[in-house]
Amino acid sequence: MSAVPPSLVREALCTAYTGLAARNIGVIVESLAGKRIAITGATGFLGTALAERLLRCVPECEVVLMVRPGRRGAAQRVRRDVLRNSAFDRLRESASPAGDAGESESFEEMTARRVTALGADVSVDGLGLDDDGRAVLASCDIVIHAAATVNFDSALDDAVEVNLLGPSRVAAALTESDSQAHLVSVSTCYVAGSRRGAAPEEPVDESAFFTDADWRAEVASARQARIDAEQASRRPERLSELMARARRELGAAGIPALSAKVESLRRSWVDEQMTEAGRARAASLGFPDAYALTKALGEQALAETRGDIAVSIVRPSIIESALSEPAPGWIRGFRMAEPVIAAYARGLLKEFPGVPEGIIDVIPVDLVVATILAVAARGPLESSPDITQIASGAVNPLRYGQLVDLVRGWFIDNPVYDERNQPIPVPQWSFPGRGRVTKQLKRAHRSLEAADRVLSSLPLRGRRAEAGARLDERRQQLTRARDYVELYGAYAECEAIYQLDRLIELWESLEDADRAAFCFHPSAVDWDAYVHEVHLPSMVEQARLKMAPGTSGAKGEARAARLRRQVLSEQRQLAVFDLENTLIASNVVASYAWLATRQLDSADRLRFTARTLVEVPRLLALDRRDRSDFLRYFYRRFEGAPASRINADCNEMLSDLIIAKSFPKGIRRVREHREAGHKTLLITGALDFVVAPLRPLFDHIIAAEMGTSDGAYDGRLTAVPPTGEARYQVLADFASDHGIDLRESVAYADSTSDLPMLEAVGFPVAVNPETKLAALARRRGWLIENWSKSAGAPSKTLPMAPPNRPARGRFERVNPARRAADLARTG
Amino acid sequence: MARQRHRTPRPGLVLEVDRSTPPILFHHGEGFRLEKLPAGRSRVIYPAEPLAGLRDPDESIRQALLNPINDDPLPSLLRPGMKLTIAFDDISLPLPPMRQPDVRQRVIEQVLDMAAAAGVDDVHLIAALALHRRMTESELRHALGERVYEAFEPHGALYNHDAEDPEGMVELGRTRHDEAVTMNRRAAESDLVVYVNINLVAMDGGWKSTATGLSDYRGLRHHHNVHTMQNSRSFMDQPSSELHRSNWRQGEIIKAHGPRIFQIETTVNNNTFGLDGPLAVLQKREWEWSTADRASFMAMQAGLKALPASARRGVFSRWLAPYEMTSVQAGDVEAVHAVTTENVLAQHLVPVEGQTDVLTMGLPYICPYNVNSVMNPILVMCLGLGYFFNLYRGRPLVREGGVLIMGHPTRWEFHPVHHPSYIDFFEELLATTTDPIELEAKYEEQFALDEWYIHLYRNSYAYHGVHPFYMWYWGAHALQWLGKVIIVGGDPAAVRRMGFQPASTLSDALEMSTDVVGSAPTITHIHNPPILMADVS
Repeated sequence: MSAVPPSLVREALCTAYTGLAARNIGVIVESLAGKRIAITGATGFLGTALAERLLRCVPECEVVLMVRPGRRGAAQRVRRDVLRNSAFDRLRESASPAGDAGESESFEEMTARRVTALGADVSVDGLGLDDDGRAVLASCDIVIHAAATVNFDSALDDAVEVNLLGPSRVAAALTESDSQAHLVSVSTCYVAGSRRGAAPEEPVDESAFFTDADWRAEVASARQARIDAEQASRRPERLSELMARARRELGAAGIPALSAKVESLRRSWVDEQMTEAGRARAASLGFPDAYALTKALGEQALAETRGDIAVSIVRPSIIESALSEPAPGWIRGFRMAEPVIAAYARGLLKEFPGVPEGIIDVIPVDLVVATILAVAARGPLESSPDITQIASGAVNPLRYGQLVDLVRGWFIDNPVYDERNQPIPVPQWSFPGRGRVTKQLKRAHRSLEAADRVLSSLPLRGRRAEAGARLDERRQQLTRARDYVELYGAYAECEAIYQLDRLIELWESLEDADRAAFCFHPSAVDWDAYVHEVHLPSMVEQARLKMAPGTSGAKGEARAARLRRQVLSEQRQLAVFDLENTLIASNVVASYAWLATRQLDSADRLRFTARTLVEVPRLLALDRRDRSDFLRYFYRRFEGAPASRINADCNEMLSDLIIAKSFPKGIRRVREHREAGHKTLLITGALDFVVAPLRPLFDHIIAAEMGTSDGAYDGRLTAVPPTGEARYQVLADFASDHGIDLRESVAYADSTSDLPMLEAVGFPVAVNPETKLAALARRRGWLIENWSKSAGAPSKTLPMAPPNRPARGRFERVNPARRAADLARTG
Repeated sequence: MARQRHRTPRPGLVLEVDRSTPPILFHHGEGFRLEKLPAGRSRVIYPAEPLAGLRDPDESIRQALLNPINDDPLPSLLRPGMKLTIAFDDISLPLPPMRQPDVRQRVIEQVLDMAAAAGVDDVHLIAALALHRRMTESELRHALGERVYEAFEPHGALYNHDAEDPEGMVELGRTRHDEAVTMNRRAAESDLVVYVNINLVAMDGGWKSTATGLSDYRGLRHHHNVHTMQNSRSFMDQPSSELHRSNWRQGEIIKAHGPRIFQIETTVNNNTFGLDGPLAVLQKREWEWSTADRASFMAMQAGLKALPASARRGVFSRWLAPYEMTSVQAGDVEAVHAVTTENVLAQHLVPVEGQTDVLTMGLPYICPYNVNSVMNPILVMCLGLGYFFNLYRGRPLVREGGVLIMGHPTRWEFHPVHHPSYIDFFEELLATTTDPIELEAKYEEQFALDEWYIHLYRNSYAYHGVHPFYMWYWGAHALQWLGKVIIVGGDPAAVRRMGFQPASTLSDALEMSTDVVGSAPTITHIHNPPILMADVS
């Protein structure tokens, strides 16, 4: 434990910060200068911070950034995913701009000279290195292993491959390439497990609390668990359950869309099983989660397999946003505490488990970076094992109650605003047990789920369906909050105090210059200032919480306007439209009824209506099951209808039914596409003669076609009606025939049965979406249009045609002179 | 009521409002408001009572056809083998539609009788609707009667004029002002065109019948434009109307190069709402309302309030006016029109002394372009700033820079079949500008030549794509003249979209007008309909 009171340290640091850094180089910089330092996990939070700090504060070193090459290759990934991060803004600003012929070099020149990208994957043996890669690795003096899967809900086998085997694999790769490098492996304080009291800087298996587990057996069983889960997921009863769920979610979307959905549901089911397996195994061995468990076993494995490689282990507690380096509040990715705090600020989380006196052991990332660099600079200790913990609980604890007060106070002053631009009040936390909070969240989740089920079973469209989609979003937020409460709760309840003897020893060995440039003393953190001025402001920005009234709504509008500009941009080539409920509020049944009643007298009309009404439930059920079967069945009614009369009546129906029930904004959009020079295409399951009067609106119409014989329709379709996946096929064929790039095309549709078509184009638009499509469109960021019939449109209860021939009673009164006139005309 | 019919109808009246004046009836779309006008500085102009109708209209028609003005008797113009075309006014006249038999039916049946007697067998009947929507089957049956409809429609000899039929129009020539004169081909190639008018207001008839009704966009654009409308003071007063001057120039070309025109013009009286019956109270003066009138008005108000907007529309659109024909004259276009105009003015003209600071009006549920349809915001503008504002002779009722206050619900609603281009005009164009000159220059041609609008005009029942522009131009003179326009009781968004100011009550509107016309302005209310035309000295 430190002999220096924290306040004094803070004071010393303050003076140090005010410009002392440059006066004296310090041993850390001196020792690291000229070295070649490799970092694994360079795209991660800690890895990025390490790379930045080295490049900025140790001018003469070189860094080798080890990243998964991915599709783009390691060099590209380093440029895009590491060097473009805002962490490097400070460096970029201090460098001279590119192309400047001054004495100092530009950021690009500097990184080209000092940064080497090396493709490597710690989840495979040998890190996936080739000879060149091994040579690069061999040339390094220090390797910092910072790669880890820190997802608290990552699958057990993933955690095993990366966290457990990763460090050993790095050590093995070093051995293989005859490297003399010093391996600094980043672990976590939580390897001590869920326990109370002092947790010293000792190897995991030396702890009295450690339940002996064979890491090799754990690896084998995790791999086996994946195989088992994969198998279980393919059992017929599981698959039929997943198919039922997919159908519930997508509706009549067609077989290809459904099977894709089933497969993705199956994969996520397997992942859930693996997460659950990790959670259960961790709990059984006394760890808060799979992450801590695999890290602990990873340390053990490394100790066993490292051979001659010199290893230092650094164990941070929970790493949070930067105190001051590279910038106050800098953070990468969404960290552990944020979802919980965000859920609280949004009013979703009314309570959070934990005891007010409990310690939340968080540590700003720059302190962790400084510790790692100090350890690296000092070199491996003679005495093995060399373990350094960096945590705050022992010397400068942040009490749980204090944190809650700080967060609450800040959100009272800076409330989050809801959709109606009202500030959301933050609840007073009552520190209940974890069980109660979880139950509370589960209850909220269940009621939202019930509401969601009800909403999605209702035939809602447009704005009301969007409410359902918002519910869906809220449910997801809640799910996330619940998961985090479960996980974070385990940490909050983990009341271990992480001892910092080696850390303090290291601190005391440093000169003032080092302490100033690489401050890692936990007492340097003033929690009040950190939470209020550094952490929360950066967190709300990261979480994109709505911190001012009106901004988000306007943003939504601006977003829709931007998407509208995109769909109407000159680069688009084709706009394809569905008809029913996308451009008109009508359907095939209505147009049939209109045409059928056109030639009926009033008594027959009544009979017709009664007959049709009886049929409605059956027709609806058939339509829900399979649209094209429904159409084929339904269209048989046209058998024997005289073609010439039907065609004439369709011209009248254009006004009385189609235009009367059209969405003027939709019609206008079709015309806007034409004006913009796009081809317009209507694909509809409606009959071709019904939509023929809409011909001038579109460049092409693809509709259901009915055969004729002897001048009458025969009630049979000449081809598969273009609905569901057939519609997608029709669109794909049309595009290839006309040389159109579907990625540059726009599609408008209203239902999940149109998903294949919507997904096929680059710019899908959901029009008056039903609940399922609304949720999907929102999630995927598609443009959603709510088009309605014109206010003032004639309203008709039943889609009946005005009678074609009225009664002719008045003819009785024709006088002889007029009859003569008649005769004259006809004769 | 029979008593009233025998009495000499009272002429129009200007009432000075004092403290004892009862609240005044304002039409308000498919409803009404009673408004108290400020005493001492307000006046109300009442229309004349309905003039007596012709005792035997059929006989009067026969006489007119046999004794035309400056022309030969109709039978002498008819011979076997000739091409005869009868053109008639469309659904926009009269307003509201009248009870059967419609004037057109009476006149056309007699013309057909004479044609039959003369052995004419090539007869076409054309609804001369220019760029208005096509008349529906039931509207044609109503206007012409079952007999005429059944005798002609099935043979394709009764139809709506189609200004966009590529084969169906001819250009007769150009006027000395280089205005194109176009005409329906069938009419142009006929040996005789008989045009049957219902001259509801002084704007109707004359050369406007044939030069406008049977024309197309190429011909209409020369007088249906902002310049013409701003220089017609007013377009209801033919000698002061640029609109009519242009039509008369086109008439010269028709006379020289077109078919022979036999013009039949008719006038009807002011009996819009009936001398008895449920709406009779609407054409009585408020201080003469009996207890029964008051009760029936209250009941009507309550009944209407209980109905949804569409049902209210249905109630009013079923109302057929018991108009009576007051005159019929036939023969030479210009000579006939001079007589007709006198007859129209005899019913409508009300002498008014001096202008006013604030003009108020209550807009009714109907205008020429929403029969069996919806009065959309653009039509509200056109009825108020176009028709009612221009119902003056001499000078406008309201002084230059004055304020117009009109009452109408002005809902943001459109009939999708009848007014498709209005929707786009209102939602897209008016969002960018309300200036008629800018609209005309930037967008008129685009809308006029739009293929989809043309398709709907020809095959559906849509007003032509350019029609909303004409509606806006109709108000161009008023827009130029007025200092402010306020709509009482309108949908604020729709009112603002047109560049006007919304107010909830008349007193709010009067208060809002004070910044333009001062604190105690003079107010004139035009108690229309029934129709009146102010003769402002």
